[in-house]
Amino acid sequence: MIITTTKGDMDTSILDKREGVYEDDRARAEWVEYWLEDELVHRSVNIALKQGHEFSYELGRMG
Amino acid sequence: MANTQAISGAMKQVALGAVVNSKTLSAALYLVSATTDGANTVYTTTGEVTGSGYTAGGVSCTNGNTAGLTGTTTFWTPSASLVYTTVTLSTAFDAVMIYSTTDSNRNLGVFTFGSQTVTAGTLTLTMPTNNSTTGLIRFA
Repeated sequence: MIITTTKGDMDTSILDKREGVYEDDRARAEWVEYWLEDELVHRSVNIALKQGHEFSYELGRMG
Repeated sequence: MANTQAISGAMKQVALGAVVNSKTLSAALYLVSATTDGANTVYTTTGEVTGSGYTAGGVSCTNGNTAGLTGTTTFWTPSASLVYTTVTLSTAFDAVMIYSTTDSNRNLGVFTFGSQTVTAGTLTLTMPTNNSTTGLIRFA
């Protein structure tokens, strides 16, 4: 598979692929890296937002 | 039975709809070192990411949804993922601001996630389910 890298388009067969996941209460991030020897040449990230913000209206008091 | 003091869901829906329905929106990314938050009334370049393939102001935010209402909670979520294609963002970022270009770049909200970088790659921000419990913006 051909991917975009810092060195132009490269075939992934000659690269070292590393993947990871980071998750907290707001989002889950999955990333994939491709390394050429000891150099990072590609990193893409897919972040799934779990939920947004919830706001509450506050009522005043009459009188 | 007793009466209950409350703001109606219908009013909340109208209020949210006034700022999101049929608006043209964009989404900008912000560095971990930035202080962007709800106090920003409009889009700002201060603290915005820079890098190859990224244009100041970010990307278009697809807005095919209108403010919904379930019970007394109104909600809204962009109707598609935010995609930044073939970018290099070497300095860590952790937030996106969604703002309305229809309304003089009004800041609708800043949403944070874990610190990330991108190298000659694609950043995709997938939106949560658009409902009253996970929608991106909810007034309860």
